[in-house]
Amino acid sequence: MSVTTLNDTTTKADATVNDQQRRIIPPFMRLSGLEPLVIRPEANFINIGERTNVTGSKKFARLIREGHFEEALSVARQQVESGAQILDVNMDDALLDGEKAMTTYLNLLAAEPDISRIPVMIDSSKFSVIEAGLKCVQGKCIVNSISLKEGEEKFIEHAEICKAFGAAVVVMAFDEHGQADTEDKRVEFSHRAYKILTEKVNFPPEDIIFDLNIFAIATGIEEHNNYAVEFINATRRVKELMPLTKVSGGVSNVSFSFRGNEAVREAMHSVFLYHAIKAGMDMGIVNAGALQIYDDIEPQLRELCEDAILNRREDATERLITFAETVKAKGKTVEKDESWRLGTVEERLSHSLVNGITDYIEADTEEARQKYPRPLDVIEGPLMDGMNIVGDLFGSGKMFLPQVVKSARVMKKSVAVLTPFIEEEKLRMQAEHGGEIKSAGKILLATVKGDVHDIGKNIVGVVLACNGYEIIDLGVMVPAEKILQTAKQEQVDIIGLSGLITPSLDEMVHVAREMKRQQFEVPLIIGGATTSRTHTAVKIAPEYQHGVVHVLDASRSVTVTGSLLNKALKKNFLGDLNQEYNKLNESFRNKKPVKQYLPFPVAQENKTAINWDNFTPVRPAFTGIKKFENYDLGEIAKYIDWQPFFISWELHGKFPQILTDEVVGEQATNLYNDAQAMLKKIIAEKWLGANAVIGLYPANAIAADTIQVTPEQSEIPPVKLEFLRQQIKKAPGQPNLSLADFIAPAATGKQDYIGGFAVTAGVGIEKWLEKFKEEHDDYSSIMLKALADRLAEAFTELMHERVRKEFWGYASAEHLSNEELIKESYMGIRPAPGYPACPEHTEKYKLFDLLNATENTGITLTESLAMYPAASVSGWYFANPEAKYFGLGKIEKDQVEDYAQRKGWTIEEAEKWLRPNLEYDM
Amino acid sequence: MKSLQDCADERVLIIDGAMGTMIQRYKLTEADYRGTRFADYPSDLKGNNDLLNLTQPQIIEAIHKEYLEAGADIIETNTFSCTSIAMADYDMQELAYELNVEGARIAKKAAQEYTAKNPDKPRFVAGAIGPLNKTLSLSPDVNNPGYRSVTFDEVVAAYEEQIKGLSDGGVDILLIETIFDTLNCKAAIFAIKKYFRESGKPELPIMISGTITDASGRTLSGQTLEAFYISVMHANPFSVGLNCALGGQQMRPYVEELSNIATCNVSCYPNAGLPNAFGEYDEEPEDTACIIEDFAASGFVNIVGGCCGTTPDHIRHIAEHVKRIKPRQRPVLTRTLA
Repeated sequence: MSVTTLNDTTTKADATVNDQQRRIIPPFMRLSGLEPLVIRPEANFINIGERTNVTGSKKFARLIREGHFEEALSVARQQVESGAQILDVNMDDALLDGEKAMTTYLNLLAAEPDISRIPVMIDSSKFSVIEAGLKCVQGKCIVNSISLKEGEEKFIEHAEICKAFGAAVVVMAFDEHGQADTEDKRVEFSHRAYKILTEKVNFPPEDIIFDLNIFAIATGIEEHNNYAVEFINATRRVKELMPLTKVSGGVSNVSFSFRGNEAVREAMHSVFLYHAIKAGMDMGIVNAGALQIYDDIEPQLRELCEDAILNRREDATERLITFAETVKAKGKTVEKDESWRLGTVEERLSHSLVNGITDYIEADTEEARQKYPRPLDVIEGPLMDGMNIVGDLFGSGKMFLPQVVKSARVMKKSVAVLTPFIEEEKLRMQAEHGGEIKSAGKILLATVKGDVHDIGKNIVGVVLACNGYEIIDLGVMVPAEKILQTAKQEQVDIIGLSGLITPSLDEMVHVAREMKRQQFEVPLIIGGATTSRTHTAVKIAPEYQHGVVHVLDASRSVTVTGSLLNKALKKNFLGDLNQEYNKLNESFRNKKPVKQYLPFPVAQENKTAINWDNFTPVRPAFTGIKKFENYDLGEIAKYIDWQPFFISWELHGKFPQILTDEVVGEQATNLYNDAQAMLKKIIAEKWLGANAVIGLYPANAIAADTIQVTPEQSEIPPVKLEFLRQQIKKAPGQPNLSLADFIAPAATGKQDYIGGFAVTAGVGIEKWLEKFKEEHDDYSSIMLKALADRLAEAFTELMHERVRKEFWGYASAEHLSNEELIKESYMGIRPAPGYPACPEHTEKYKLFDLLNATENTGITLTESLAMYPAASVSGWYFANPEAKYFGLGKIEKDQVEDYAQRKGWTIEEAEKWLRPNLEYDM
Repeated sequence: MKSLQDCADERVLIIDGAMGTMIQRYKLTEADYRGTRFADYPSDLKGNNDLLNLTQPQIIEAIHKEYLEAGADIIETNTFSCTSIAMADYDMQELAYELNVEGARIAKKAAQEYTAKNPDKPRFVAGAIGPLNKTLSLSPDVNNPGYRSVTFDEVVAAYEEQIKGLSDGGVDILLIETIFDTLNCKAAIFAIKKYFRESGKPELPIMISGTITDASGRTLSGQTLEAFYISVMHANPFSVGLNCALGGQQMRPYVEELSNIATCNVSCYPNAGLPNAFGEYDEEPEDTACIIEDFAASGFVNIVGGCCGTTPDHIRHIAEHVKRIKPRQRPVLTRTLA
């Protein structure tokens, strides 16, 4: 590990303590599904998907009535895929139990993350249906609608309920006497509702949406001709009068008289929206996906629509009707990326599993069944491959639970296709071989006593059941006795235990012990978030000899059970596993209990053995200090180690392989490109200043852990550096290391040297961070900080190389590539005070004094010894070929006392600064 | 006396650390959990930490005092699972109300004692409202995704009973915490509003603390942090924040995000790191404190403390590290869109 590549230089963000600017939060409408939907003024128009409405879609109504919910969900999915940003759900059908249908459908939607990521609009004219819906959605939804139709009292009551659920509301322009059908009435009704809501209910104005009634035009009735115009004008006035509110409407109403002629209707919608949006209309219920772009409408048709909507000519209706008859309604095809359908059957199955798509799973499974020799091969081959991908994505945070659950469902559907064939095969084999063939196996699952977490266990259950196993799920908080009793009664083949909280681990040990005592012979599977391979190997496996297997996640459980229940495989599988567990166990036992500590004088005796007689220290080319201002950033950039850059963005992996990584590769590449682009600017436009100071001084060890530095320049005062020594008992022949070991003791009579450095690449960064902050551009801000850190590390690498080759010159013949530099293939080290080899921070004061670092570089030290700018690195140079990085580890009180004395501290002060390294409790 | 908001304006407030971790140190037996009152109770009671409010109140009080001594401004009642729904696991649903009243009383007594010692640093009691073992957004039956094991109305009723108990026992704040299903949280908010509207009592400040479960940056029920925040804004909470599941280090980006979007105070009380291979939390108090100090210094937080695995030592270090740092400034809410 390179001591200087530590990220926590960036986390000590002392800089922002005093310069906080108060953030401004405007009253935007904010809605949410699984993801947020913030409606900012620049959002042009919000599409509300209308097809999941039993009153508007015959197909949807039929699907709901007949209970085909799966297919009904695909209607919602189609809306989202074609760009709906909010999903309107309406179950108002005389033949339906509205409350029940709403509840069922919304609960099902919640399990479809690709749909439920957008907010829902609960649409009903019955408030009881709306209330049922409100009880099902976790996000901030919209209620469509409430109105003054039944009087002020009911209106207030309904608004209060919506407010208690945090829902936004659509207010219909309706009052006790009827619908608002003129411009003035629309404005008047809305304003009355607004005043009641904001003044009496204390309803947030930004949560109010007015539906200003879009009526059909071009109906042949003259009074209807101006409806669209009045809607548009009313919209303009409502938005001026009540700027925080929103205006919406059911767009398809406007073209009602042209039903059956989709081409004309779509053109009318586009033209209507074009003008209504300009007037301030924010959102509308539309058939997302069927919206035409205004400019793409055939010009003649557009002109005619415009005439009708804006009521520009008396004969507009007739002209439009005449034209409409000539237009053939061209059925539009729904654009959806179906290219994955062209892949092999394995690829298609995998795609369906990963994306939770059930549409084709039956056909694809059947195709695979015909391709593979046995139906079970389909499960064990392509299906499990797909589930493994799901497991990996889940494990790496690329998928989240609801999606995994969906994948499990696809799996189940696929298995359902295969089951009859598996049964048939079984019967055939029975007939051929005579006698009985057991089912795939019986597995008992339980969350152990004291624990109530069972989501993971349930998933394992589903996945295993999909694979033909019979599952006995005892639920949660199951005592050992019940588990074992049931296991006996049911003659299960495997027992699986799950748990999430820490004490569950002990309970699992208990179950294992009981299994041994009661002479069980079936294997035991361990799973759950806190369980681990090591814990299983060390604590559980030794308690029970017939196989204890830790299973990382649900998708792996199938292979494991498969191996355990196959007589041929079982022996080898358990044999290998035992070997592995023994190894884990051994390395654990070797590690854990031998934490013995040496008395400090004994540890000091056991220092690094260096034969000083054979060592001739190299006198540096100069002594004293040398400073570098505004170093060429282009030169520095050549030394960048990119791997930590990706780690700071939580992308783990080796560079450059990470750029082509299967999972994060695309993300990593984008990030890398952005970083390169910014780096170019940083260099070309000199965003950052890079300063450094180095110092080289005569030095000798004058005690076991003390180095006396004696600068040759009178203006630099001599100083004693104090170091700490490893105190843990080492294997024979291994020294107890201290950095002081690497400088020749005064007693050798040889003049040795030590160096120090402080570099920064963060001068002037504040200006840019401020700029990004103003632009609310967190991405660039983080990017710049990460790059500044990288440049500081690169600069450190560069200076170290120059020190080795020219300024100190002890390795003047060195020729190393950047990769070799990163791997630290060079001679000598540069440990930093505060890091593992010398963790006590206050020695940094001495380093800074020796270098006059603040004056020479602009780096300042905070009270807690952090450096500012954050993109700074400082440390010592040791040149001895024996010098190496190490971690101090824990130390005992005798060393603390000795150190306190050397530093002129009280014991308490010493303990305060050394706290993370204390072996004992204070 | 200074109000809660006064205190939050003047400094970063400290909320206490783990209760369960501290109870574990007592190595209580089944008999200890039962006490005399439940000696013959038919079900196993070991592990029912909330029951200790009735059977071992002196232990709970001692733990509260350790946290107060360490510098906590806000202590949480030992009532995380005191709802009739969660208590049904032990067949103790009838005790829910009583457990809350007692839990609140024990904490209140300890807090008052410390406030009396130093009236300049008033101590507050937050009634802990946990997430329930049944969720409203997820089906426990994977084959039947539309199924729910509990209804919204049942959850509201259970929470309302808990809230009544906490309020009757004298808590100063209601803290809905470790939220992994936002709909459960919305039911708790609904219950709070309902209880205070119907009882006519003045509404207590609400703290809301969600849980981001893993690297996906989402709640267990699938919401992103901002979506979660938007879904609970209507509670008009005193604070929103994050706790549990992650250590401070992993929580940083989410705390930062929340501090950018939240109009109210922001709280954060992470676990003591991630559990090691043995499920133990081994992040040192000093390390936790340094992470939290960074949050405070970066202007992310108004309230900090600890969750699983944290101890009075952690809280003491955290309090020491943030005491001179100004709390996060709450954003300005404008009433115009531009």
